[in-house]
Amino acid sequence: MSNAETTPRPFDPAVLFKAVFLAIVAIFVLVPLFATLLGGFKSLGELRVNPFGLPHHWEWQNYADILFSGRYWQLLRNSLIISTLTVTLTLLVASMAAFTFAHVRFYGSSMLLSYLTLGLLFPAATAVLPLFIRVRDLGLLDTYFGVALPQVAFSLAMSVLLLRCFFKDIPYELLEAALVDGCSYVKFFRYVTLPLSRPILATVGTITFVNSWNAYLLPLVMLNTDALYPWPLGIMVYQGEYSSEWHLILAFITLTILPTIILFLLAQKHIVAGLTSGAVKG
Amino acid sequence: MARPIVSSAAMHVARPPLAAQASRSPSWDGRFTVLILFLPPALLLFTLFVVLPIGEAAWYSGFNWNGFGKPTNWIGFDNYRFVLETRAFWLALRNNGLIIAVSLCVQLPLALTLALMLAERFRGAVALRMLFFMPYILAEIATGLIFSFVYDGDYGLVASIWRSFGAEPPHLLASTDTAMLAVLIVIVWKYFGFHMMLFIAALQSIDKSLIEAARIDGATRLQGLRHIVVPLLYPTIRLSVFFAIVGSLQLFDLVMPLTRGGPADSSNTMVSFLYNNGISRMRVGYGSAIGVILFVICVTFAFTYKRWFMRDE
Repeated sequence: MSNAETTPRPFDPAVLFKAVFLAIVAIFVLVPLFATLLGGFKSLGELRVNPFGLPHHWEWQNYADILFSGRYWQLLRNSLIISTLTVTLTLLVASMAAFTFAHVRFYGSSMLLSYLTLGLLFPAATAVLPLFIRVRDLGLLDTYFGVALPQVAFSLAMSVLLLRCFFKDIPYELLEAALVDGCSYVKFFRYVTLPLSRPILATVGTITFVNSWNAYLLPLVMLNTDALYPWPLGIMVYQGEYSSEWHLILAFITLTILPTIILFLLAQKHIVAGLTSGAVKG
Repeated sequence: MARPIVSSAAMHVARPPLAAQASRSPSWDGRFTVLILFLPPALLLFTLFVVLPIGEAAWYSGFNWNGFGKPTNWIGFDNYRFVLETRAFWLALRNNGLIIAVSLCVQLPLALTLALMLAERFRGAVALRMLFFMPYILAEIATGLIFSFVYDGDYGLVASIWRSFGAEPPHLLASTDTAMLAVLIVIVWKYFGFHMMLFIAALQSIDKSLIEAARIDGATRLQGLRHIVVPLLYPTIRLSVFFAIVGSLQLFDLVMPLTRGGPADSSNTMVSFLYNNGISRMRVGYGSAIGVILFVICVTFAFTYKRWFMRDE
C-alpha cells in the first residue's frame, strides 16, 4: 500500500465497492444487537410500532426491575461459580498433564497424548445421556460440580495441546540445570513453568471460561433446580414466563450478554489468540 | 547456587533424552512422582466423563431403558431401527446437511472475502474485525433469543419491514416452510466472524514480498489473489471447512431458543432430535442410539477428511 501519496487519490471503484460491502455486513451484524439493546428501553406498545428506532420515551424501569430483582444476580452468580470451577480445574489438571507430556519422557507418552487428543473429535451429545447417569450415580446431579467436572473433561484435549506446545518452548537446559541443583520436577513446574506461562494460561483460561459461561446442554441435563441455573438456562425460563413481553425479555438479554461483551473487550487478545493458535496447532 | 546454570556445549549440541539417562540421573525419582501425580487427574477425568460415556452410549443403545435401575430389557439393534424409521430423524439429518451446505457455500466465501478486505491496514479495520467477531462470542442461547425477537411476527424487525410494505407479517419461525431458512441465516450471522478471524491470522503470516514480487512481474491484484494468496491459504481453508462441518453436525444451542426443532420437526438438528426424543423423555436406549449414529458420522468424517485433505499437516 502506498502511503506517500501527495496528489489526491483518484476515484477507485474497488474502494467504493469495498466500503459498501463492509457497511452492509456491519449493518447485518449491528441491527439485531442494537434493536435488542434499544428494545429493552421501550414499552411493549412502542416496540410493536417502532422496533428499529430510538425509543420516544426511555423506559429505564425495564432494566431497573431486572437489576433490582434477585433473579438476575442469582443467575450470574451461578454462572460465575460454575465457570470459575471449570477454569480453575481445567488449568490445574491440564497444565500438570501438559507439563508431563512436554518435559517427562516415559514409555507410552505419545500414546497417552493421542488418547487425550481424541477428545477433539468426540461429539459431546453422544456422551450426554450416559454422562447424566454417571453424574447421578456419583450423587452429583443438581450440584455445581456435576456440571463443572464434565466441562473440564471436555475442555482437556484442547487445553493440554495448547499448553504442551507452549511448555515445550521453555528451554530444556533450564529444567536440567534446576534438576542438577536439586530442584524437583514439581517445584520446577510450580516456580518456573507456571510463572513463565502466564500468557498461555490466560488464553486457555479465557477460552474455557467463555465456553463454560455460554454452555447450555450440560447444565440443562445436570441441573433440575432453578436456584442453581446458570444464565443460559435461566434466560430460557424467563423467556418462557414472559412469552411475548418482548420489552422485558430484550432488557434481560441485554443485561446477560453485557458481561460477555465486557469480558470480550477486556480479553479479546487472549480469545483471538487462543482460537487461532488452537485452530492451527490442534 | 552450587553450580551455575548448566550450559556445557555438549548438552546444547545433543540433548540426551531423559529416559536414556534415567539410571544415572538422580532425577528419576522426581520423574516418577510427576508421573503418578500429574497425569492421573487428566486421564481419569477424561476417561470417566468423555470416553466411558461414549462407550456406555453404545451399550445402552441396545436396551429399552428409561434410565432407572439397571438396564435389563435387551432389544439388540431395535433402537437403531426405530431411529432410522422415524421421518423426523431423516429431516434432522437433511437439516444438518443444509447447515453444512450453507456454511460451506455462503459463510466461508463471505468470511474469506471479508478477511481479504480486513487483513490490510486501514482506519477502522481492527474495529470492523472485532465487530464481525462479536456474534461468535455471544452465547448461542442469547443469539437465538435475539433472533426470535427479530423474526417475531408481532413485535419483530422482520414484521415491521413487512408492515411498512402494507403486508400482513409472516411468523417465520412458526412455519414449516421458513423455520429452517430462518435458522440458517442466524448460523451465518453467528459464525462467519470466527472463520474470518482464522483467515486473517493466516493472511498475516503470509510473506508480503511474494505478493509484491508478483505485482512487479505484472500480475493484477486479482491474479495475485487468485494464484498466490488463495493457494497459500489452502491449509487454513481446509481447516475452516473441517471446523464448519464438525460444528454443523453438532449444532444444538442455537436451535433451542429459536424453534426447539419445530414446527413439526422441520428445523431439528441431529442433536436437538436427540434431546427432544432421548433426553427430555429419558428414553436412554433410543437417545443413545441417536448419539451413536452422530458419533459414527462425526468420527468417520473426521478421519476421512484428515486422511484425504489434511495429510501434510
